[in-house]
Amino acid sequence: MEDTKKKNRKVLQGNIIVAEAAIAAGCDFFAGYPITPSSEVAQHMSKELPKRGYDFIQMEDEIASLGACIGASLAGKKVLTATSGPGFSLMQEHLGMGVMAEIPLVIVNVMRGGPSTGLPTKPAQADIMQARWGTHGDHPIIVLYPAFSNELFCETIRAFNLAEKFWTPVIILLDEVTAKAHEDIELPDTKDLEIYNGKTKEIKDLNIYDRNIGENPPRVDFFQGYPIHIDGLEHDAHGWPSSDPENADKMQKLRMQKIYHFLDEIIKFNEYYMEDAEIMVFSFGVSARAALPAVEEARELGIKAGLFQALTIWPFPKRELRERFKKIKKVLVVELNMGQIKYEMERVASDDVEKKSLLRANGIPFTPKEILEKIKEF
Amino acid sequence: MRDYEKYIRYRTFPSPWCPGCGIGVTLKAIATAFAELDLDPDDIVAVSGIGCSGRMPTFFNTNTLHTTHGRALTFATGIKLARPDKNVIVISGDGDSSAIGGNHLIHAARRNIGIKMILINNGIYGMTGGQVSPLTPQKFVTETTPFGNIEPKFNIADLLMGAGATFVARETVNRMKPLKDVIKKSFLHKGFSVVEVISNCHVNLGRRNKMKDPISMTKWIAGRTVTKTQYDKMTPEEQDHKYPVGLIHENTSRLEYSELYYKHIVPAAQEAAKKGPGGAAFAAQKNTITYRGSK
Repeated sequence: MEDTKKKNRKVLQGNIIVAEAAIAAGCDFFAGYPITPSSEVAQHMSKELPKRGYDFIQMEDEIASLGACIGASLAGKKVLTATSGPGFSLMQEHLGMGVMAEIPLVIVNVMRGGPSTGLPTKPAQADIMQARWGTHGDHPIIVLYPAFSNELFCETIRAFNLAEKFWTPVIILLDEVTAKAHEDIELPDTKDLEIYNGKTKEIKDLNIYDRNIGENPPRVDFFQGYPIHIDGLEHDAHGWPSSDPENADKMQKLRMQKIYHFLDEIIKFNEYYMEDAEIMVFSFGVSARAALPAVEEARELGIKAGLFQALTIWPFPKRELRERFKKIKKVLVVELNMGQIKYEMERVASDDVEKKSLLRANGIPFTPKEILEKIKEF
Repeated sequence: MRDYEKYIRYRTFPSPWCPGCGIGVTLKAIATAFAELDLDPDDIVAVSGIGCSGRMPTFFNTNTLHTTHGRALTFATGIKLARPDKNVIVISGDGDSSAIGGNHLIHAARRNIGIKMILINNGIYGMTGGQVSPLTPQKFVTETTPFGNIEPKFNIADLLMGAGATFVARETVNRMKPLKDVIKKSFLHKGFSVVEVISNCHVNLGRRNKMKDPISMTKWIAGRTVTKTQYDKMTPEEQDHKYPVGLIHENTSRLEYSELYYKHIVPAAQEAAKKGPGGAAFAAQKNTITYRGSK
């Protein structure tokens, strides 16, 4: 027992942990474009994928990277790309195509300060809203946000499982800090991992998208015996372009509800000291890592604070938070931006909940002391 | 049923193209090339971007993918690398491939990835109502050049050759049989191939330039069509107004990208892994290539 534990214990960079997890999840295609602070994911994949006979390609830009990923996914591969804020902006059109055509994709966005070239490459939780609403049109999206090294591994596996299960793009947001830092991690045994491999639909006719709301899987891939059509246009059950309002309404709802019917499976969070908490600190990523010792220190001072760390940031854990706000009447949002989740919290928490926020976007992560001082202000 | 009809998806008709449009001619030329090569419809994937020509794959009874503006080649690159055994075709217009998709065009040519591209050049953005494209001839009036186009057009064949393309050909919609033959020849080429098809858009280009019907526009194309031998003898000024047709450039000595990847990169990576830490364990591992649904 002791031996195997030591064997799997490593010091790895966050980006490498994500790449290793992707390979463990069965990723066999990577297309990307260099951008700090995410490039190590591509670098690691360029060594690891070909030795397994899998595909790696560096494309001419981020638009092309996500395009190649969609193509490979349609050919039946498990695909990954990794980028940072400006590259993620370039990917937005193809992200929408991934939602529309229901393509399993995993996109890693190691965030950095913005807008534009911004603060390369200082940490910022800058793309929370870009991940949610960056692509045009109404769409559901799954966004995961791991903070600790073991979460980086497990949430990457989960991202692939969700993408395969729900036939949708899944975004992993990472902080510059956790992606670049080398950390201690105990890698789980590959035999212990739960890997979900997508199945394709069994169809008798060409009605590849025909299903009831919430039913999976929605369609087949290319080269499975019957030629199919995949379109970025709104399409009917056959996948063929259709601008019929009734059909558009139905397809829009199918895409929305395939996610919103399964919130229990998708939404994940960690709670620390929340059983009897009177003040909730709501945070995620690197800010949550600073908030945890802050909450612990507050407890030592006799302040009943607790931490709600969101691992799934979109869909937002609205129902779970409202449940907690029945008892807790004070909430502090800690985020390394100018208030992207703060506004979401204002929508979720009723008026009788006292709301405070700790915000900053100057490239310097919060210290536990700063968060503690803010907790004391209640 | 004629041979090529096996490759036509009749259920998706009618097409969005105007009567007399050259895209329909190209559609038939491609389908006939499929039939003459007796390809399995499920072994073909036709990818397109946005525009009039972008709508063509919908009408092929093969695997088809209609993507975003200008980016068809990127999707095709992913498919070809994932499934090198399949026939990956890209159908694109002049705006789609040379303006918004210009970057992807030169890089596909540089990589020599085995994608068969049919570039339908009608010299205009047709679907959006007739705006100037990088392949619109100079002095032509369009919706966004009401006083005449002052920009020179790309010579797309020269651009592709400069980028390292290994198969470049040009034909016109007036010449159905040579068009079909050169498309068929391009499908047999292993690396990246481009067939530029000079087509007519009498509705959005011709109408504003005294060629409002398909006949006058195809006559205009015929007047500019020359053989490569004739073209080579012309002065640069004369060349500017002509389209040399036929096979312009072919190089069969360069390996195709995915072939090179599996012949060079994969064995090199495997060799390095065997020598590295845990090499013996790696050598004992078996990684098979699987696809969703077969997993």
